[in-house]
Amino acid sequence: MATTSADPRAEALAALGALRPPVGLVCEPERLAAFDMDAYIQKRETPLAAVLPQDEAQVAEVVRAMGALGVPVVSRGAGTGISGGATPRADGVLLVLTRLRRIVSIDAAARLAVVEPGVRNAAVTEAAEPAGLYFAPDPSSQVISSIGGNVAENAGGIHCLKYGLTVHNVAALRVVDGDGEVLAIGGESLDSAGYDLLALMHGSEGNLGVVTQATLRLLPRPEATETLLAAFPTVKAGAGAVGAIIGAGIVPAALEMMDRIVIDACERYMALGLPRAEALLLVEVDGGAEEAAEARAEVGRILGECGATEVRLAKDAVERANLWKARKGAFAALASVMPDYYTLDGTIPRRALPEVLEAVYALGREYGMVIGNVFHAGDGNMHPCIFYDAQKAGELERSEELGGKILELCIEHGGTITGEHGVGIEKLRQMCLQFREAEIAAFHDAKRALDPRGILNPGKAVPTLKRCAEWGGMHVRGGQVPRPDIPRF
Amino acid sequence: MTDTFITELAARVRDHAARKAPLRIRGGGTKDFHGAPVAGEALEVGAHAGIVAYEPRELVLTVKAGTRLAEIESALAAERQMLPFEPPAFGAAATIGGTVACNLSGPRRPYAGAARDFLLGARIVNGKGEDLSFGGRVMKNVAGYDVSRLMAGALGTLGVLVELSFKVLPRPVAEATLAFEMDEARMLETVNRWAGQPLPLSATAWEAGVLRVRLSGAASAVAAARAKLGGSEVADGAAYWEALREQRLAFFAPDRPLWRLSVAQTAAPVATPFPQLVEWGGGQRWVSGDLGAARARELASAARGHATLFRGGDRAGGVFHPLAPALAKIHRRLKEAFDPAGILNPGRLDNF
Repeated sequence: MATTSADPRAEALAALGALRPPVGLVCEPERLAAFDMDAYIQKRETPLAAVLPQDEAQVAEVVRAMGALGVPVVSRGAGTGISGGATPRADGVLLVLTRLRRIVSIDAAARLAVVEPGVRNAAVTEAAEPAGLYFAPDPSSQVISSIGGNVAENAGGIHCLKYGLTVHNVAALRVVDGDGEVLAIGGESLDSAGYDLLALMHGSEGNLGVVTQATLRLLPRPEATETLLAAFPTVKAGAGAVGAIIGAGIVPAALEMMDRIVIDACERYMALGLPRAEALLLVEVDGGAEEAAEARAEVGRILGECGATEVRLAKDAVERANLWKARKGAFAALASVMPDYYTLDGTIPRRALPEVLEAVYALGREYGMVIGNVFHAGDGNMHPCIFYDAQKAGELERSEELGGKILELCIEHGGTITGEHGVGIEKLRQMCLQFREAEIAAFHDAKRALDPRGILNPGKAVPTLKRCAEWGGMHVRGGQVPRPDIPRF
Repeated sequence: MTDTFITELAARVRDHAARKAPLRIRGGGTKDFHGAPVAGEALEVGAHAGIVAYEPRELVLTVKAGTRLAEIESALAAERQMLPFEPPAFGAAATIGGTVACNLSGPRRPYAGAARDFLLGARIVNGKGEDLSFGGRVMKNVAGYDVSRLMAGALGTLGVLVELSFKVLPRPVAEATLAFEMDEARMLETVNRWAGQPLPLSATAWEAGVLRVRLSGAASAVAAARAKLGGSEVADGAAYWEALREQRLAFFAPDRPLWRLSVAQTAAPVATPFPQLVEWGGGQRWVSGDLGAARARELASAARGHATLFRGGDRAGGVFHPLAPALAKIHRRLKEAFDPAGILNPGRLDNF
């Protein structure tokens, strides 16, 4: 119910202040400045207050109290999201879950970890390591990002082709819905009665509930891992090698590609002695010792056949870490190209990669902007980085416009606007291109089932139909572009 | 993207919605036994069949939902690939739509994933007669809520499945089946311990004091695991797993009710007076006999799971495990959102 009070802020603060035991509260403008954005740095907003509950009961109380006032609740974990999923709202409170950071249990026999949402992704693996187990999803933010956010974004990482996304590695969730009621979803069993609410929660960007606990599936560490780095004279040749490896029946643990812009940036930044090439492909295979060695030999042969000009093989863990350095440090290295860059997250069928990359470079030339490409090649998830200088008037806007065109390209090639970073506020506009009106309406219907009052992170992840209409939604799905006679780029 | 079948189907659903006249969705009819009984006019969807796109190097398959499972399996086998969730068919006419609607997965489930895990996208007609597409044909996709996976296991109560996309995987090069004699408690400890080690496990099943374990993967990995685990090699391993998957083993006596207890893999043995077959590394326990709904649910809850009357028995008292009130509330609202007239397979999922 919407409040009619003249001062909604005072009313919200009074309601939060009345909670017993008292909930952690930050209301002073100077202290709130620390909470005014997540890692989508293009957008800042000061919330009415930041609320820091200690436990699930407090989360539920906060949601109920704000629900009664119709005050939006934006939940936030570590704030590493780069699509603005946790950007605060000026008319809402920010529910910060960092104090729920207990690892409740690690059950080695059942291979399950029960954790609170504020536990860091990497901390799960650290805790499971003594039992020879690990948590597979490994977004590049994993040292900082927390499990609640991983669930909200259905985080991926560099090993998802073989080991899946977050949704494949979570057994159960406890969630506070928009009514402030606690839902126990999933369980230790491999499935549950009824609808698959566990799947629905993953990637819902805090719109359908607030995660208060997660039961994570842990996997045994493979016995052996082999890593190869191959240099290619063209991106096309590198992409061909990816298809050939998978066509040979090998499912690599990781398949990462980077283009010349990124290679050069890494070399300048880290002086790794990388091969001079138009594309580098990093391939990791794992399994039993003999199995991994066989796969390594087979991959090496395929890389050669596909025109690799150089193949480096890691002989041990130190060398493996060295080969990975370029990929893992790529985003830091890219900062040396230009002061600012904007990372996209489109996913396309892998076969379309050479064609889409060509079009991406052409768009970059048209806009006079440099674009570097890092690519989870195994699962078709590309991360083009558009470089700009925020000090120059209009450059940010131009980079966003260019980014939008790249996402449209992904849709045209049968792909999606976001593989793992989420829609947030950043890609709302492109949602109108990827989905038709009835589909967007179905998302809103689903939200109403979990959050009838619409107080959980409203305005994120799914655009309103009104906004789509204002933007002049144009569907480009399935390669069918309306009015293809009009030159678009 | 226009498709006469879908256009007509959508019109028929709209007509039924307007009249609040229930529809009973039917593909090959091989899962008629599953779920609670449904009244209503049959909505035959088996004719909407065919592979829409299959690009082996993409590891992605898109099919019309009426496509027979057998056709899909053979197309994949020709490229040495597979549906990793190893779905049971329960008859030659089984369709992929029915498989997903029931979220049916076979012996490989605990080591590879369930049907829902490999579903990348779904085109559905909801209860309002709207033709909707969710997800897509790519491995990673977080645009919009995951409505595709919500359809898996919903038994057609939220939408009629018309087109589905899957992630597929290469078929393992080598396979071996080992047998071990051990009691149930030791078996549960053993299969869970092995699952925590880097072994190429792809199935486990225990009945009458014998544990069978399937290993799948590279020839060297299977050979190494065989040497490590010991046991005796089963000559006709593949035939055993197929008979298990299709419920053709003598254990699955057709004249007795079949209860499925989906429980924590590490849960202690569940005591019943009836024969039991335990698979999925301890996670799926079949009980062949008239356990009764109350007792089955009590035992499953104690084992941190849920009970389903999979086949036969008295189906009037509810087939699935009752939901907690808070979850039932969400289910009611989702049903209302996707099928406001309540015409799609009403009651097949007990109250939904």
